[in-house]
Amino acid sequence: MSVGTNGIGKPVSRIDGPAKVTGRAKYAAEFSAPDLAYGFVVSSAVAKGRIKSIDRSAALAVPGVIEVFAHDNRPSLPSSHEKYTDQVAAPGSPFRPLYDGEILFSGQPVALVVAEELEAARFAASLIDINYETQEAVTDLDTQIDKAFEPPEKRAPEWNPSPRGDVDSALSRGPNLIRKEYRTPVEHHNPMETFASTAVWENDGRLTVYDKTQGAPNCHEYLCNVFGLAKEKVRVLSPYVGGAFGAGLRPNYQLFMAALAAIGLKRSVRVTLTRQQMFTLGYRPQTLQTLTLGAENDGRLVAVKHDAIANTSRFEDYQEPTVVWSGALYPCDHSTVTSRLARLDLFTPCDMRAPGGAVGMYALESAMDELSYAVGVDPLELRLKNYSETDQNYGKPISSKALRDCYLQGAERFGWSKRRPEPRSMREARELIGYGMATGIWEAFRVPTSARAILAPDGTLEIACATADIGTGTYTILAQIGAEMLGLPLDKVIVKIGDSDLPSAPVEGGSWTAASAGSAVMEACDGLRKELLKRAGAVSNAPLRGVDLADLTWVDGEIRMTSDPSRAMPLSEALLGLNEPITSEVSSTPDERVLQDYSHYAHSAVFAEVRLDEELGMLRVARVVSAVAAGRILNPKTARSQILGAVVGGIGMALHEETVIDHRYGRFMNHNLAEYHVPVHADVHAIDVIFVDEQEPRLNPLGVKGVGEIGIVGTAAAIANAVFHATGVRVRDLPITIDKLLALRQPTNNHAA
Amino acid sequence: MQGRPQATSHPPERSLLPKLEIAFRVNGVERRVALRPWTTLLDALREHLDLTGTKKGCDHGQCGACTVLINGRRVLSCLTLAVMKDGAEITTIEGLAQNGELHPLQTAFIAHDGFQCGYCTPGQICSAVGLIAEGRAKTSDEIRESMSGNICRCGCYPNILAAIEAVMQGSET
Amino acid sequence: MIDFDYVRASDVGDALSQITKHQAAKFIAGGTNLIDLMKENVEQPTRLIDITGLPLNEIQETQTGGLKIGALVPNSDLAYDQRITRRYPLLASAILAGASPQLRNMASTGGNLLQRTRCLYFYDTATPCNKRRPGSGCGAAEGFNRMNAILGWSESCIAVHPSDMCVALSALEAVVHVAGPKGERAIKSADFHRLPGDTPEIDTNLARDEIITAIELPSEDFSRNYSYLKIRDRLSYAFALVSVAAALKIEAGAIKSARLALGGVAHKPWRAPDAEQGLVGEQAGRKAFCEAADIILQGAVGFAHNRFKIELARRAIVRALEQAAAGTPQSQSVKVIV
Ligand SMILES: Cc1cc2nc3c(=O)[nH]c(=O)nc-3n(C[C@H](O)[C@H](O)[C@H](O)COP(=O)(O)OP(=O)(O)OC[C@H]3O[C@@H](n4cnc5c(N)ncnc54)[C@H](O)[C@@H]3O)c2cc1C
Ligand code: SF4
Ligand code: FES
Ligand code: FES
Repeated sequence: MSVGTNGIGKPVSRIDGPAKVTGRAKYAAEFSAPDLAYGFVVSSAVAKGRIKSIDRSAALAVPGVIEVFAHDNRPSLPSSHEKYTDQVAAPGSPFRPLYDGEILFSGQPVALVVAEELEAARFAASLIDINYETQEAVTDLDTQIDKAFEPPEKRAPEWNPSPRGDVDSALSRGPNLIRKEYRTPVEHHNPMETFASTAVWENDGRLTVYDKTQGAPNCHEYLCNVFGLAKEKVRVLSPYVGGAFGAGLRPNYQLFMAALAAIGLKRSVRVTLTRQQMFTLGYRPQTLQTLTLGAENDGRLVAVKHDAIANTSRFEDYQEPTVVWSGALYPCDHSTVTSRLARLDLFTPCDMRAPGGAVGMYALESAMDELSYAVGVDPLELRLKNYSETDQNYGKPISSKALRDCYLQGAERFGWSKRRPEPRSMREARELIGYGMATGIWEAFRVPTSARAILAPDGTLEIACATADIGTGTYTILAQIGAEMLGLPLDKVIVKIGDSDLPSAPVEGGSWTAASAGSAVMEACDGLRKELLKRAGAVSNAPLRGVDLADLTWVDGEIRMTSDPSRAMPLSEALLGLNEPITSEVSSTPDERVLQDYSHYAHSAVFAEVRLDEELGMLRVARVVSAVAAGRILNPKTARSQILGAVVGGIGMALHEETVIDHRYGRFMNHNLAEYHVPVHADVHAIDVIFVDEQEPRLNPLGVKGVGEIGIVGTAAAIANAVFHATGVRVRDLPITIDKLLALRQPTNNHAA
Repeated sequence: MQGRPQATSHPPERSLLPKLEIAFRVNGVERRVALRPWTTLLDALREHLDLTGTKKGCDHGQCGACTVLINGRRVLSCLTLAVMKDGAEITTIEGLAQNGELHPLQTAFIAHDGFQCGYCTPGQICSAVGLIAEGRAKTSDEIRESMSGNICRCGCYPNILAAIEAVMQGSET
Repeated sequence: MIDFDYVRASDVGDALSQITKHQAAKFIAGGTNLIDLMKENVEQPTRLIDITGLPLNEIQETQTGGLKIGALVPNSDLAYDQRITRRYPLLASAILAGASPQLRNMASTGGNLLQRTRCLYFYDTATPCNKRRPGSGCGAAEGFNRMNAILGWSESCIAVHPSDMCVALSALEAVVHVAGPKGERAIKSADFHRLPGDTPEIDTNLARDEIITAIELPSEDFSRNYSYLKIRDRLSYAFALVSVAAALKIEAGAIKSARLALGGVAHKPWRAPDAEQGLVGEQAGRKAFCEAADIILQGAVGFAHNRFKIELARRAIVRALEQAAAGTPQSQSVKVIV
């Protein structure tokens, strides 16, 4: 298959742009249905215990209240936890909403009020009187360290590479040793759209659900399993998704609630979560990490040891790849990386943008920075000294790795050479200035995905795939691929996604959609090409008779012979006499051998400049340069935006974000956007994105790696390292807030152990 | 699902306070609705007037997604009671394009990729319309500060700034 | 939000008679605080009296050379009014340091004074809070108290008043004009907000059946040497950890008069007359400013999560006074702290 440069690689504007800037794009809570009722969820006020009784009389007395669903009156539901599982579930027993009166976490949905009016449902919900028998909840990870365990069932075995060499004796021999503890807090995804489901009860007993999800097929399967519905009786759609960042990977409880009520009442029901309830869903778990590095005097690493403890719930063993990078990235003969879990009385964590990578690389890259001061080697130089072309964990070659170019081009653009090595050595007026850098790495996945391409007789191409666009630009890149394949202008391509009726796709996550859905679309279009060539060849005195598919170029509405462009035929001619659309549907799967023989990563080098008033601790990220190697960039405009957004996420992670738990109540307390701080406009200054050239020859026919997550990995570390360079203060506990900076303010040149 | 919920017996109803008739102009069109006092302008738009372009990100004044223009000023519809806006002139994202032509800010947001998921976008654009009308913010720092009431979790801030600056300089791209 | 009934007041007298008639009624102006709290079921008025139609939205010169600001003047109109920006730039700056443009377009002058604390426990009805439910306990004292008080707190409540505008009003010694069933009265800024004591449910000395009609700014305006410095956890759209309103009159390098008020540290804008007095006659400089900071922070006691605010406040006070003395007030849009 050949890929030209017509549609692919151009910075075209989003095809869903006009719908989004005019308010026409409809999100899950915006579909209406005749006779729609409104559901409002009642959340548990306690974190652990059981419901003794529910008094719903006052709620039912509110005019317009139709029903109050709770465990004590719910319709029969499967008891097996299995039935509630989904494609992204962690090992364990998934939560069963409204199943029984047991309270597993604060904010657990315990009832659903359904009413004719939204406000009446909300009002009635506040009148429901629940009597709890409470038990003490344990939510403080620090008290559970000695109970930390290795999860018996692994979510992904490759995240737990076996040790190599003898790390402890190597560390004891090494001339330089860094051993530090790093902490990262609970963070919530907080997409701007809150979770919502509009369950439309069709008169023939079918259920159509508009859901905020990253995986319509995943939710479809969940509904069928939980409610015992036939597959063809349910359809889940998510045409537009107002951000998710991982929060929409698993079916969330509003989906269950809306479906339960719609089926129970035989009526359409919408359930929208409040912002406060967004804090009762999955989150980035808290981590306690210990990073130990042993190095020669010249900075070459000898040994790496990384141990991470993260919290999970009582009922599922959520795991993420926190430590795997420490074993993989830098060459050294001795390495042991371990991940453990500790159970808390909280809901199960859930993948959040670069799960594991964002926090694990914060620790590794902070420790590398500490090492650079200890051995007196420039941080960038240190990375270059420890460069490797193989995956250290498995000794496998890396299919493509242009990280060196990221380092060099990023440093050049940033002006890294202007950095003075000593901490506290750069200032302007009252401000201290710090330069910091870090490496980013994220796995480049590809997963089986199906897609369909339909070419209508009028030359319009329709592409269909169940995947989602959560802001990632999926609509646009799939259209570009279609346009490229058939040489069509972009506006001749219609993209249909976010629908469980469409050819199946896995959840939109892991930055794999471009590579997976993109490849599937490409292959589906290739099927169309074959068909078209057949037709073109059949035309009398056809210029393309007997020509091989591989020798053709599809461009400007024409099919041309690459070597002799005068032998060409307009696409419209090939379609002449066609009455029915031509359809090509494929199931596209990665080449297992390629996955076996090679490791696949996207890389980045992140450079940050911080400025702060040293007396007051007010900190500003003045500049970030993120240089990314992620194979072919399908659309530099939308890809750049993904990196920008992830860098902003990294700024939040470094300076702002933390969900605090009051352990007395086992409850997240800053459950709103006024006190859970995410960056605002004023916090974000210059961000420069570089995509370095990288040829990825094997992973997929497009040569792409995803760019949704790589932008956040390394960013928090680069900022934290810049803070140290500016101040001489090493904050090892995110976020870096004023109090931590002030309390630690003590000029030191070298914080290395 | 095998069973059905046991029908819940409803206790005697109290009554809700009656709906009030209100009229306002939304995007140049006179709209009359009967609403209870507790309905916010945001819910009135989204649930009663079929104008779902205005978004609900927090419902508490903490995100800016619900920004609309009332009598030309940018305000938060989630903290505005609809009954208090009887007689007002309201402009939402749906009312910015004129005769099928996008508003320059809408065009600029597309050209500069000032959004990803698009959920904060109507609020950002309405807020930017208000900002430009106010005529106070001129420098990048001032625009950033003056747009800080509009959170974008997708992190499109640099592109949003570029779009607004382009329009302020008289171009859209 | 509970079911409530809505009426419009036609004039101040009507507003007063409505509020007197209905015990559980509340006035509503911009609504930015009240509706927020009603949605959280923290406030549960059964009747809202809309006062936005009252003729209280003018800014007028007073006979004593000051300004009288109607209670309904929106925060943004106030901040950008020429008379304010020229004569009372400290007030303009403080307003612009708060909330967001949209909120400032909605929020009224009177409502800003009466906004309630942002204490996490006050907002969360699943937790105890003496201010919300007297006698239930104070969730914050042993909980998350980063945004809580270091001065003037009591055993029963450690909340702070979150306003920025009020800090400047306090420094400017504004007077609050109110009307009630028994007539009109004027309350000095210093006496308007109160300390929690053992009745934290009462925020101010305004009676339930009184209405704020105007805020009066005295003629002394500190238009040359002032600064409003707000320290917070992100660079905009966040409540203050600590904020400082500093205003000086300087002649030949010596301080003739001084005003200093702190926000984010107490149940009311915090002032200390002795700190201000101590500055008078001193050379404007770090030494005098440090002493003033020490005096105003005397007796400050923090909690697990906010002890740092004592030292932070000290530094912010010194800096704000330096900014004021130098005539380089803090910009609210350029984030470099001068
Ligand atoms: C997300 C967010 C962030 C914010 N950030 C800041 C900030 O950083 N700094 C800051 O200072 N403020 C901030 N605010 C608060 C905002 O300034 C206040 O909500 C606003 O000033 C209140 O004014 P209002 O007119 O909307 O009051 P309303 O909500 O209408 O009323 C508040 C109270 O005052 C009473 N009331 C109103 N007017 C009168 C009157 N004339 N007489 C008697 N009683 C009256 C009402 O009955 C009610 O109890 C923020 C608010 C939000 C939602
Ligand atoms: S500090 Fe005051 S407002 Fe906060 S919980 Fe305690 S009593 Fe309530
Ligand atoms: S929805 Fe109104 S500010 Fe968030
Ligand atoms: S575009 Fe997604 S929140 Fe702004």
